[in-house]
This record gives sequence, structure tokens and C-alpha cells, in this order.
Amino acid sequence: MENIVVEIEHLKKSFGSHQVLNDISLKLEKGKNLVVLGKSGSGKSVLIKCLMGLLLPDDGKIILLGKNVADLKEKELNVLRKKVGFLFQSAALYDSMTVRENLEFPLRDKKEMTKEEKEVLVKEALENVGLENVIDEMPSALSGGMRKRIGLARTLILKPEIILYDEPTTGLDPITSKEISQLILGIQKKYNTAAIIITHDIECAKITANTMLIIKDGTAIIEGTYQEISTSKDEWVHSFFE
Amino acid sequence: METDLTILNQTVKVMQDKPLNKFYLQSVKYFFEEVSNLTRFAIRFFKEIFYPPYEWSEFVKQCFSIGYKSFPLVAITGFIMGLVLTIQSRPTLATFGAQSWLPAMVAVSIIREIGPVIAALIFAGKVGSGIGAELASMKVTEQIDAMEVSGTNPFNYIVVTRIAAATLMLPILVIVGDGIALYGSYIGVNLKGDVSFHLFFLQVFGKLNFIDVIPAIIKTFFFGFFIGLIGCYKGYNANKGTESVGKAANAAVVLASLVVFLIDMIAVQITSLFN
Repeated sequence: MENIVVEIEHLKKSFGSHQVLNDISLKLEKGKNLVVLGKSGSGKSVLIKCLMGLLLPDDGKIILLGKNVADLKEKELNVLRKKVGFLFQSAALYDSMTVRENLEFPLRDKKEMTKEEKEVLVKEALENVGLENVIDEMPSALSGGMRKRIGLARTLILKPEIILYDEPTTGLDPITSKEISQLILGIQKKYNTAAIIITHDIECAKITANTMLIIKDGTAIIEGTYQEISTSKDEWVHSFFE
Repeated sequence: METDLTILNQTVKVMQDKPLNKFYLQSVKYFFEEVSNLTRFAIRFFKEIFYPPYEWSEFVKQCFSIGYKSFPLVAITGFIMGLVLTIQSRPTLATFGAQSWLPAMVAVSIIREIGPVIAALIFAGKVGSGIGAELASMKVTEQIDAMEVSGTNPFNYIVVTRIAAATLMLPILVIVGDGIALYGSYIGVNLKGDVSFHLFFLQVFGKLNFIDVIPAIIKTFFFGFFIGLIGCYKGYNANKGTESVGKAANAAVVLASLVVFLIDMIAVQITSLFN
């Protein structure tokens, strides 16, 4: 299956006696968006943190771009991480750096690139998110929605094959949420990236999802398209769409 | 043998059952856990500092931020320290008619002990707490995770550069601070006397030996290293919550100040062996 870019098998993760992920399995195809939907605290963020090697799973297998994450040494993992973008819930902009420095940060290792080439990439990334005019601002001067966009621009600068979005619309007003969701969709179409979108925002899921997976108490309970899941007879699943 | 073990187990159980003993046992456990974790953190620093990539630009930035920006505080404190020490010491020396010893006595006090320790305590308060709060805040807002997922080693970029900058900058600050403190002392001497600049410093350097200066400088490298190390350790390992930012900053100052005194005590013992 050459088209599969992420494969998770029987993933388990607990913190102390609290079982957060309990036997999660999923597959993500190249160029597709998978929305992982669930209540707050259901283990969605833990899932993508395990995927990036930020948390070590207790059991199970994670294959990312054909490589088993558990078998990788730190340097190999860092190389793999450059092919995967991660948009944090808080955007996680480096607040001691300007927007330009934030965007240039992932390019630090690219010694072969000239300053001008880096500048072109920075401007292209900012154009993608429609924020060329804030290039010299500090993150503290930006609104929540703008910070998310800059975070997304920083993620895009390395042209990743996969993007992981952790609650991309949380804390935003409905209009900005819709804009961010459409931006996610636009990026998928423009760069043919695969994405896992962690959310509990049903509008975001509706706009961005090719397929959806619903997690309840750390267990995947249903998988399918938005259409299939929205017509589910399960009362708990249906409550998301009311 | 079996009876001894039974008695020991019973004693531990009795100790654990009493709330106060339980508190003491937990405190001891916490202490040893912290020492162990701090040691591992220091070992990781020494492992990573010698291997590329070297974050030179961040190191220079931290040297500027830690060293240059701490200079005014160290300079003002040094000047006041030299001035006050001279004014306070004069009456005592005057009782014995030994005012002429004032420059030498103040110089030895400042160079050997007061200069390094006061500068280190100020450094712990300003830089140690700053590093602790900054790193804890980066942890809370997922900036450290963001660095990690972008393929950058955050320990190398954040921790190694800050500890190295603190280790290098404190000795420089102490040397400059000592010089300013001696100038403060010169002003103090001249408030009730008339000693030329040349004569004052002739008396100062006439009485200072290498055994006064070298160990004092060497210990400041240790002060700087541990202040940086503790600040980074407390910040880097902060819990995820805004409360932990304040806790990390506070713990960094308290622990670093305590360690400064401990190192000073050990340094005095070692120096006295050579005297």
C-alpha cells in the first residue's frame, strides 16, 4: 500500500492508572484529510503527540512515511519530523522572535540556502495564509486567528508531506474558524498534503474531512465519511451533529 | 537476621504511619529524586555541548542577554558595596590607628569573598529566575515541543546555550564588578581622607596575591554554571500550567542561591589548603 503515509496499529497509552488511548488503529492515505473527532480529554491530542514521538506509547505500532517511529534513533526521528508539519492548539509561536524569525526557524539547518532564498520561502508561506503584512511583528501583537495562521505558515515552510492539526479552530470565533478550516482545505489541494485534524468542531470537520474517526474514552468507535457518520444511529455519535 | 528485618520493617511502618514522619520521608525522597534528576540533566549538558550542531548565534545572543543586560545591576551593587564597606570599616580600623590598611582590607574582602558571592546572588536573582520563568513559559505554551517537532534539538538550542553563557558571563561580571567596587571604596576612603587614585590602587595591589584572585575567579565559573543549570532544569522540567512558571522562577532562585553558598564553603576549604 504505497499510498498509506500513516499507519497506527493497536496504540495504547496511559498516564499512571489513567488509560488515555486504548487500542487505536487508523490509516491515512496520501493527499487525504482524516478528522479525528472526540470530546475534550478523549485522547485525541495524545494520539498525534505519540505520532510525532513527543510521547512514547505503551504498546502498539506507528508507521510514519514507511518508518516505524519506535525503531528510529533521535537523529533519524528529527529527519522524519521535518517531513511532518505540526500545528499546535496554541500555535506555539516563539514569543521572543518576530514572525519572520519564527518562519525562518525551521530553515536553520538548510545551510545550502541563501538568505534571499529563505526570504522567498517566508513570503510564500505568509502569502498562503494571507498575512504578508505582519512579517516584522512580534507574536504578542497578533490576534488568536492570526497566530494560528502564522503557526500554519511556519508548518508549511518545509513543505511537509503530512500535517497534523491539533484543534486548529479552538478558541476562535465562528467566522475565523471557517476561514482556518477553508485554509486547511486549500493547503490540501495546493500541496497534496495528507493531514490528521484533531478537533471537536463539527463545522471544521464538515469542511475539511475526507474521512472521519470518532474517539470515545481512548477507543475508536466509528470510522467513515462525514455523510456516513452524520447519519449514524448511535446516540452518542449523533449528539456531535445536533 | 530475620528478627532484625522484621523490627526494621515495623519501625519504617510506624514512621510512615505518623503524618510528620511521612512528611519527612517524602521530603527526603523528593530531595534525592531532585539531586538525581539534576545530575542527569548536567550529564546531558556535558554530552551535548561537545557535539554539533553548535548554536553559536543563540549562544552569542544569550551572552548579550545574560551578561550585558545584568551589567548595570552588578555595577551599581558593586559600587555601593565598596563604598559602604569602606565607610563601615573605617571607625574600627581607626580605633587601632590602622586607617592606612583600609584599601588593602576592603580589596581582600571584595576580591576574595564579597564581590563573587554578592554578584552571584544578584545573578541568581536576575538570570536564574529569568531562565526558569522563560523556559517554563515556553514549556507551558508548547514552544519546546514545537522546536522538537521541527527537527531541532531543544535541549541543545535552549539549555546548552544558556548554561554556557551563564558560565562564561558571571566571571566577567565579577571581574568588572570587583573593579567598580574598588572604585567605590576609593570614593569611600576619600570622603574622610585624601588618598590619591594611584596610591589607593598601589596599596590594593600591593596586598593582593594570586591566591586571593585566582580561586575567587575559578569559583565564579562554578557559580555561573550552577545558576544556569538550575534555572534551565527548573524551567525545562516545569509542569504544564501557568502556576508552574512562577514556581520554576522561585525554585530556581532559592536553589541557586543555596548552591552558591555551598560552593563558596567548599571553595574556602580548598583554598585554605593552599594558604
